[in-house]
Amino acid sequence: MYDEYFGQSHIMLRESVRKFIAKEIAPYVDEWEEEETFPRELYKKAGNAGFLGLGFPEEYGGSPCDIFHEVAYTEEIMRCGSVGLASSLGCNAIAVPPILAVGTKEQKQKYVPPVLAGDMIAVLGVTEPSGGSDVANLLTRAVRKGNKYIVNGSKTFITSGTRADYVTTAVRTGGPGHKGISLLIIEKGTPGFSVSKKIKKMGWLASDTGELFFEDCEVPVENLVGQENQGFYAIMLNFQKERLYLAVEAHAVAEIALEESIKYARQRNAFGRPLVGFQVTRHKLAEMATLVEASKQFDYRVAAKISNGQDAFKDVCMAKNFATTACDKVVYDAVQIHGGYGYCREYMVERLYRDSRLFSIGGGTYEIMNEIISKQMKL
Amino acid sequence: MNTVVCMKQVPDTETLIKINAEGTGIVTEGVKWVMGPYDEYGVEEALQQKEKFKAGKVTIVSLGPDRAIEAIRTGLAMGADTAVHINDAAFYEKADPYATASALAAAIKDLEYDVIFCGKQAIDDDSGQVPAILGELLGLPVITQVIKLEVADDKSKATVTREVEGGHAIIDVPLPAILTAQKGLNEPRYASLPGIMKAKKKPVDVKTVADLGVSVEPMTVIKEMSLPPARQAGKIIEGEDAAEKAKALAKALHEEAKLI
Ligand SMILES: Cc1cc2nc3c(=O)[nH]c(=O)nc-3n(C[C@H](O)[C@H](O)[C@H](O)COP(=O)(O)OP(=O)(O)OC[C@H]3O[C@@H](n4cnc5c(N)ncnc54)[C@H](O)[C@@H]3O)c2cc1C
Repeated sequence: MYDEYFGQSHIMLRESVRKFIAKEIAPYVDEWEEEETFPRELYKKAGNAGFLGLGFPEEYGGSPCDIFHEVAYTEEIMRCGSVGLASSLGCNAIAVPPILAVGTKEQKQKYVPPVLAGDMIAVLGVTEPSGGSDVANLLTRAVRKGNKYIVNGSKTFITSGTRADYVTTAVRTGGPGHKGISLLIIEKGTPGFSVSKKIKKMGWLASDTGELFFEDCEVPVENLVGQENQGFYAIMLNFQKERLYLAVEAHAVAEIALEESIKYARQRNAFGRPLVGFQVTRHKLAEMATLVEASKQFDYRVAAKISNGQDAFKDVCMAKNFATTACDKVVYDAVQIHGGYGYCREYMVERLYRDSRLFSIGGGTYEIMNEIISKQMKL
Repeated sequence: MNTVVCMKQVPDTETLIKINAEGTGIVTEGVKWVMGPYDEYGVEEALQQKEKFKAGKVTIVSLGPDRAIEAIRTGLAMGADTAVHINDAAFYEKADPYATASALAAAIKDLEYDVIFCGKQAIDDDSGQVPAILGELLGLPVITQVIKLEVADDKSKATVTREVEGGHAIIDVPLPAILTAQKGLNEPRYASLPGIMKAKKKPVDVKTVADLGVSVEPMTVIKEMSLPPARQAGKIIEGEDAAEKAKALAKALHEEAKLI
């Protein structure tokens, strides 16, 4: 029995994404990486093309689809060669689902359609300066006063944070631990909410990563998403898809790095023959290809499981760890094959090497994935 | 407003082109095929006009082998309503602009249209003749290289802007007419996923040239095709100073390149 995950509609979607990249991103991406930002209108363009609404309900301006359309989009958008740009453009994918999952009808109507249309930027704010792994012990406090929550605290490493129109923010409304966490929608311009700085990073340069401050920030109680003190579950639910995306991004980046390496190894000569003329290079490429293929197939399998409604809590952590580790190895070898040029900005593998380093940190670190896996193994 | 868009599937500009063994065509294996970029402006314009008039039908007509259905589906996914696929590999294989236009004319003549859009040229053969011959066969005016189109409310005429050397010409044309699309006419949309899903169910009328009652023979035959000569290595002009280098350059341009 052989099942193909991708059909004609997936192929056509890929084609649209490729065209979008060729026209809207590729000519400018190097500049944007240098400038550490990209024009806001790219959200609108992606929204118009229907990319931001993939997998979201039609009544809120989305385009319902199967999980492999999302996988296909994720793989293709990586071909813009800047993981930061793709992630910043797609930041709504982790900020909107909690609202749709547990928010009120009013919240959904107000906060979802403009984001999917590319008119608003929505981001997810969980991580704090004091720690990102230990979500259950986050410190940002929200105290209810009349019809407002008074929020105090800060968030850091927030993708697209410096120009977000709202932040789906994890705050502490109750006692310690995971049972005291709620989600609030905090809009830009709310008194007491400020963006303190754009963080300088190793990679993901085109993506603005922000540190956010809340100082007696007054948030209307209508902006509570879901039940008070039930926010942790919504966050955990959200992680499943995010981790799958990160795994897919990792195998996609690895695949691009492999393709770039093959191209380079064919055309670069050393000791009078092309690099592919050396068995060492050929074997290296063979191993890279094997890693790419294995992580791809694993990721597809997990995606199929999720789409089938099966429990994939453990699987998705395994897939993320496998794909990100494989990607680390592949981009390392890709730079190696490129020699000194692989260390230079002019070559795509240089950026892929830096950008991919985040895969085993963001969305739950490698170690946290192993924690979850081992717990599920009931060791 | 009803429109017909003539669309050809062509090799992607990124594709590495090789000449076949007979030297009469290109190797089609391994080629990535896409909708002709100028035809794409035509599809977009047809959709925009339909949206503006809030009524009408956009029909894509394409002559090409089986694979052409992919480009047709892309057009339908962008928003076109129906398509006619003249699927006749044997005819397509040897069709020259006259034969192509004859097949298109036969497919179009029974359709309803206010405007027929074509690309200003197909980027593979680059003949740019099909729209003009089509105009002759259908008895319609043809305006080429259109970069702007305004259709009168009653659809009796259109004001079009076309590119001319160093400027623009603005022309009134009675409708129906054939307009060929030039870059700048619009920004083609991307086929969105909902569009892609809907395209699956849109009707494509598949016909052979015989079905259309066309029995023309091509008037021209391609005898030979060749790739442009490989670019020669550059030459660095040596010399002590600028004056000497300039002299050497002038000499090389005169004697070697025979340009001056
Ligand atoms: C570019 C970028 C974009 C990001 N975007 C967002 C965003 O949009 N929204 C958001 O909320 N966050 C975002 N993050 C934050 C990211 O999710 C966190 O960095 C990540 O969860 C790790 O948190 P931390 O950095 O505080 O590391 P820490 O939690 O301090 O961990 C430090 C190290 O200790 C290890 N460690 C921690 N606990 C354990 C344990 N129990 N057992 C073993 N090892 C452990 C970790 O694995 C890690 O190696 C982003 C980060 C970056 C760099």
